[in-house]
Amino acid sequence: MTSIVDSLLNTISFINIDINILLLFAIVVPGLVLFIVMALNVMLSVYFERKVAAFMQDRLGPMEVGIFGFKGGKKFWGGIGQIFADTVKLLTKEDIMPANADKVLMLIAPFIIVAGALLTFIGIPFSDGLIVSDFNIGILYIIAMSSVGVIGVILAGWSSNNKWSLYGAMRSAAQIISYEIPIGLTLLLVVIVCGSLQVSDIVQWQSDNRWFIFHSPFTFVAFFIYFISVVAETNRTPFDIPEAESELVAGWMTEFSGFKWSIFFMSEYANMLIVSLVASFVFLGGWLSPFTIFSIFPDSWLILDGFYIGIFWLLIKALFLVFVMMWFRWTFPRLRVDQLMYTCWKVFIPFSLANLFFVTIWELIAGALS
Amino acid sequence: MFKIVDKSIISADEMVLNMGPQHPSTHGVLRLKIITDGEIVSSVEPIIGYLHRCFEKHCESLSYEQIVPFTDRCDYLASMHMSHSYSMAVEKLLDLELPERVEYIRVIVAELQRIASHLIAVGVFGLDVGAITPFTWTLRDRERILDLFEMLCGARLLYNYVWPGGVSHDLPPNFIQKTHEFLDYFLPQIDEYNQVLTTNRIFIERSADVGVLPLDVGINYGVTGPSLRGSGSTFDLRKDEPYSVYDKFDFDVPVGQGLMGTVGDCWDRYYVKVLEMKESAKILRQALDGIPKGDVHEVLPKKIRPPKGEVYSRYESARGDVGFYIRSAGKNMPDRLKMRSPAYCNLSVLNEISAGWMMSDVIAALGSLDIVLGEIDR
Repeated sequence: MTSIVDSLLNTISFINIDINILLLFAIVVPGLVLFIVMALNVMLSVYFERKVAAFMQDRLGPMEVGIFGFKGGKKFWGGIGQIFADTVKLLTKEDIMPANADKVLMLIAPFIIVAGALLTFIGIPFSDGLIVSDFNIGILYIIAMSSVGVIGVILAGWSSNNKWSLYGAMRSAAQIISYEIPIGLTLLLVVIVCGSLQVSDIVQWQSDNRWFIFHSPFTFVAFFIYFISVVAETNRTPFDIPEAESELVAGWMTEFSGFKWSIFFMSEYANMLIVSLVASFVFLGGWLSPFTIFSIFPDSWLILDGFYIGIFWLLIKALFLVFVMMWFRWTFPRLRVDQLMYTCWKVFIPFSLANLFFVTIWELIAGALS
Repeated sequence: MFKIVDKSIISADEMVLNMGPQHPSTHGVLRLKIITDGEIVSSVEPIIGYLHRCFEKHCESLSYEQIVPFTDRCDYLASMHMSHSYSMAVEKLLDLELPERVEYIRVIVAELQRIASHLIAVGVFGLDVGAITPFTWTLRDRERILDLFEMLCGARLLYNYVWPGGVSHDLPPNFIQKTHEFLDYFLPQIDEYNQVLTTNRIFIERSADVGVLPLDVGINYGVTGPSLRGSGSTFDLRKDEPYSVYDKFDFDVPVGQGLMGTVGDCWDRYYVKVLEMKESAKILRQALDGIPKGDVHEVLPKKIRPPKGEVYSRYESARGDVGFYIRSAGKNMPDRLKMRSPAYCNLSVLNEISAGWMMSDVIAALGSLDIVLGEIDR
């Protein structure tokens, strides 16, 4: 089990260069790759979300914009050029800053948020060994880094000098901090079962035994607690009260435009992908093929597991969860802020604590029986 | 039930928040001056007048026929109702008896318009509590009604169809059949809205027990229409003071029963509108089947010159009790025209039902009152 940084260092080490330059190289290359992945993700996700929304709302969605004038027949291309049109529009838009805004804070707020998302990707695998750095505290690192964004949200809301932004930021801070707890508790449960915080160990455990979601009734419940909590943590409907457009205009993003707003957008979709990837490799077997769930399939089907096809399986699982989030968004109304807090503190946290207690007993009994 | 924090234990400085005139969910150019303590709202003051167009003063310098398009623009979501109610007032002034067919056509378009208006109200209330998809579904179905109206008079929003003394055009061929087809299509759609919105757990959490309007408060403020019926009153002018040919039809008046919470909460006001669409469909079926043959134009002089006198007529529009007071001095223009706007009275109750609740509840309460600013400001 290696990571990208390890393999890069190994590959280039035969060239006799300074170790510092080598390290710099090993940092810059994965960083660039991850940034490109994030940018591609936001472009494709936005298109995907627009099409999903259109499908649910009995419309067609983007159909008109082709690439370089080639529509290629509307049915075939389906307005795929909208992706580039949106990107160009967002990047060339005027960057408006309110006169009384705190300019420095307003400038750095989007970058703090995007840095949080980008840093989380370091601990996220895309396949067996396709991970920037596979450290031994992987899960803890992911939980820690996903909370960085809230600082940016508060800064953005405060610096805009707008009451709606302030409302949005306060709601968002309360929400993200509260929902960190059930997320942490459910991931802790997985750590208890497999005895490691390292990402590769968790998937290896699932490869040896079974997917976590099917491991015991408690891990099954934990998956749903985790998934609903991360929907809240990424501020998606039905928990999108920080940017509730019918109440707070656009919440903490109200005063942002152009490039800075597109960075918010990028981090939102990146966060969706991150939490879906985490759910996939923690609960749904990561890069293991679905045929490993039960042993009814013959061994020859194990050929469907591997490095390259693992990328496919992991992305399929993650993108399905992303789709479920979009499904939520276009189906559900929005909760009120106190109901949101109620759901977290009085439902999810007691349930995940009880879950944690019972799963330890389950493991003790299972360990004694085997 | 949701309990508000005791102010004597926790208190902080209050903040004045201006919601609107440009805001996604103030239903037009309404400004709400909200005094809040954090998320909890202590008072809401609606400030109106951003869409004031001097409708009543204008009418004093226009002939009676020329006023009809102006009434259309008052409640632009229920134009047929406004021109119908105005025409009724003028006809009362002239003491005119109309052919049976005209009355039937007017009832048909009025009930279609009521469905169209309630579709907007239902969808927009969903939008206010955060559900986007039902809104597009209701708009999709409203399009079909607009297509019918386009067939009828060429216009899709402001029809100028109901005139004093008649209607502008007779029903086109196929109209009755197409309306039947629409109803066949539409009634199953209501169940679909109920599935995705009305019985949705989150929707119920957001609207039940929220913005409760007690019946006595509603009557004191002059609230009418679905908003009052949501509080349990059966007041409906179509039943209580039947005008046109409404006394010939068999229909029920749905009232709020507090199925999901207290009687008179946002959910009741919303659900009354859903049920009223079904009742309108019932009336439509009867009217389409029973429509008599005849002429649709009552012979009127080119210039209407009503005798001296004054008249007040009431009409049950999609939003409530529309009243037109007209005083005639014997000229071809009204001496004074006053419109009683139902949405204006309905909006006045907003502070009563949303003070003490949270920010999001103000939006829900406002959405459930179903106001149209064009009518409030006139």
